[in-house]
Amino acid sequence: MFKALADHHRRHLLDSLSQTDGQTLTELCAQLPMSRFGAMKHLRILEEAGLVTTRKVGREKLHYLNPAPIQDIAAWVEHYRRLWEERFDRLEVVLQELQQKEQSNDHPRP
Amino acid sequence: MTTPDPSTTITGSQAASNPSDKGDIGMNKTNLIAEPGKQDIILTRLFDAPRELLFRAFTDPELRTRWWGPRRYSTIVDKMDVRPGGVWRFINRDKEGNESGFHGVYHDVVSPERLVFTFEYEGMPGHVLLETVTLESQNGKTLLTDQSVFQSLADRDGMLQSGMESGANESMDRLDELVASL
Repeated sequence: MFKALADHHRRHLLDSLSQTDGQTLTELCAQLPMSRFGAMKHLRILEEAGLVTTRKVGREKLHYLNPAPIQDIAAWVEHYRRLWEERFDRLEVVLQELQQKEQSNDHPRP
Repeated sequence: MTTPDPSTTITGSQAASNPSDKGDIGMNKTNLIAEPGKQDIILTRLFDAPRELLFRAFTDPELRTRWWGPRRYSTIVDKMDVRPGGVWRFINRDKEGNESGFHGVYHDVVSPERLVFTFEYEGMPGHVLLETVTLESQNGKTLLTDQSVFQSLADRDGMLQSGMESGANESMDRLDELVASL
């Protein structure tokens, strides 16, 4: 899943589908600087990762973005970020206490 | 529902504020960057304190125990020999007495600007990351940058996923407390 997102050509395909959903193979291949075969390989990796779904309409195969797995990743990243936010919030409290202590040491009360 | 832009959603940084925007109430203060295909995680945060104090909070064992571990654990500093080649080891202990250990070796110690050390969770031996903490003065405040470089993409992504687990545990703890208070 992360691996599917790790390639910039594949991210370009996802960006393109997020702009215009339901594109044909020909439309998508035209956007990558490579052979049709190469572009199909990237699309297959995206399909296998569940990021792209396809539907046959007549003779054409249309490609659709499936954002659900990306939202899962965004949720993991946000949870991890929040763990550190909480850790740094605790650090901030410690720093405030140290600063207060230093100030009262500078001006000792009688 | 609008469709997210896949190439930016993954970084998590779009939800976070720029460190210099601090002061906007309700904004996230901690910025996280985890680019697709790169095996590192970068965290930044601006603190309203001189960097000497931050350096102390990282390197003084007693201070360290007060902020490092998640709320539901007590943190014990087993070893903390803050000099190049020195070993550190922390233990997190939960209410039931279950312990998880973390350890590593300091590689670079430059007061008050930089700490470089390895980090290994003892529950997953052999997966070592290299962490660099940089402290920069900015108009009386301090910008903290924490970069973790993992051995593989899978290791990095595993660490990101572990956040989900811990976050869920933390929520379960809060639920326990709530239920106990009813």
